[in-house]
Amino acid sequence: MKYLLMAYVNEADWPRMTKADQEQGIAAYGAFMEAMKKAGVITGSNRLQPSSAATTVRLTNGKSQVLDGPYADSKEQLGGYFLIDVADLDAAISWAARCPATGHGAVEVRPVWDMGAAA
Amino acid sequence: MNSRESDEQAHGAAEAVARRSYGKLVAFLAARTRDVASAEDALSEAFASALTDWPRNGCPSNPEAWLMTVARRKIIDVFRGERRNEIASEELQVMAKRLETAASAAERMDHIPDQRLALMFACAHPAIDAGIRAPLILQVIVGLDAKAIASAFLMSPAAMGKRLVRAKEKIRQAGIPFSVPEREELSVRLDAVLEAIYAAFAEGWTDPGGTDAARRDLTEEAIFLAKLVTELLPQEPEALGLLALVLHAEARRRARRTGQGEFVPLAEQDPRLWDLQMIDEAEALLRRASALGSIGRYQLEGALQSAHVYRCRTGRSNWTEVVQLYDALFALSCSPVVAINRALAVAETHGAGAGLTAMPDAAGDTRLAEYQPYWAARAELLAKTGAHEEAGYAYERAIGLERDPAVRRFLQGRQAALEALKR
Repeated sequence: MKYLLMAYVNEADWPRMTKADQEQGIAAYGAFMEAMKKAGVITGSNRLQPSSAATTVRLTNGKSQVLDGPYADSKEQLGGYFLIDVADLDAAISWAARCPATGHGAVEVRPVWDMGAAA
Repeated sequence: MNSRESDEQAHGAAEAVARRSYGKLVAFLAARTRDVASAEDALSEAFASALTDWPRNGCPSNPEAWLMTVARRKIIDVFRGERRNEIASEELQVMAKRLETAASAAERMDHIPDQRLALMFACAHPAIDAGIRAPLILQVIVGLDAKAIASAFLMSPAAMGKRLVRAKEKIRQAGIPFSVPEREELSVRLDAVLEAIYAAFAEGWTDPGGTDAARRDLTEEAIFLAKLVTELLPQEPEALGLLALVLHAEARRRARRTGQGEFVPLAEQDPRLWDLQMIDEAEALLRRASALGSIGRYQLEGALQSAHVYRCRTGRSNWTEVVQLYDALFALSCSPVVAINRALAVAETHGAGAGLTAMPDAAGDTRLAEYQPYWAARAELLAKTGAHEEAGYAYERAIGLERDPAVRRFLQGRQAALEALKR
């Protein structure tokens, strides 16, 4: 089954970190990615630009409305995602638990809707 | 006394009884009906009744007996009412009768017999899936809720809840007995109980900083359960061995982290931070166990802890003895985890190269290939042989598999030190 691991972290923390801590943080994510590659579970992943770079679009009264900023304002923001393919939720949780984001934020685990299967 | 005060007092009393007697009450009720779920339901209703009754009428002189009386009435009501039409109704009548007789006898004598051990044996029965035994014991004996257990065992709360319900159904439907097995069967069956307790401890142990309350509680509960087993079965050397093992590990908790929360490996720990009283208690347990003349896995693991503590406190090398203990342990368990630790000890006596040769092979074994300590041990040994490139790669694997940020930082520090050497 495919699961999307969404890493939510407080963006404000990043610029406050020392350069050495930032490097260590990036290395930890790199090692996490490597581990998932070696286990053959990762199918896609990206780090996202900060939510200040986000633009939100919705249709209101038949008119497109374009708003500056993320969809939801929250203490922690979606900072990246990992799409993995594993046997079940428990396996997905065990990978989420290894994601460095759990140490300074949270990781949401969401099963992907399998469009091939009957709905 | 105003009503808020009496409310608080009732809450306090109910909580105290819950902590002390929950498992005992579940065990007493379930042993007569084989129905763990209905015992838990009835008991939680009884606690709810207590919270409305006690503030009004004052705390009863024997709160435990009060709760049991209310709970067993609720069970009997359910048996005689809702399930009247079930095919097994005759059997239910018999059970209801049995429960009533036993409960009124207990009330007359003002003593509820302790059947927690029987309940633990039911939970760790071979017919129950091995993976759910520890969670089941934590729920029915300690009274932890499914959510807390799920979190500690890294499972979704919904899945954990379902598995717990299924396991209790199995106990009821399969007619799993609530009894302490006979002598000849006891040691095999006791193994399953001890294994479940150790699994609970190990899950709690992964959070030595104690930042996750659910995890920290788990080690305390596991120690409580291990103690309980030794009190109820004082002549079982392996039960004593398990208690010694968990006390030894617990005694070093404070030393495993710096004030800033950084991970400290055993060799670099400050023995002054260890809980010496707990260590003495563990040592006494090991002596008691060995006097009983039957060695086993937990006694060996306890002895290993003891050997590590001795070496760190005296500075006298005892790696030869440590390797011998690992040899004995490996002969019993054939576990690759034991083989990894043995390899590290071999490296201390015969050099890192010999240690590497002694390491188990992860090729073709995905569980080992995804086991952080395997890569950390490999990295450590490779670094010592001067194979810096390979060591760096092994550290990378270990870092990617670790879930504790403090251990991750520790491994990153080792990897960085290696990089500095290469330059």
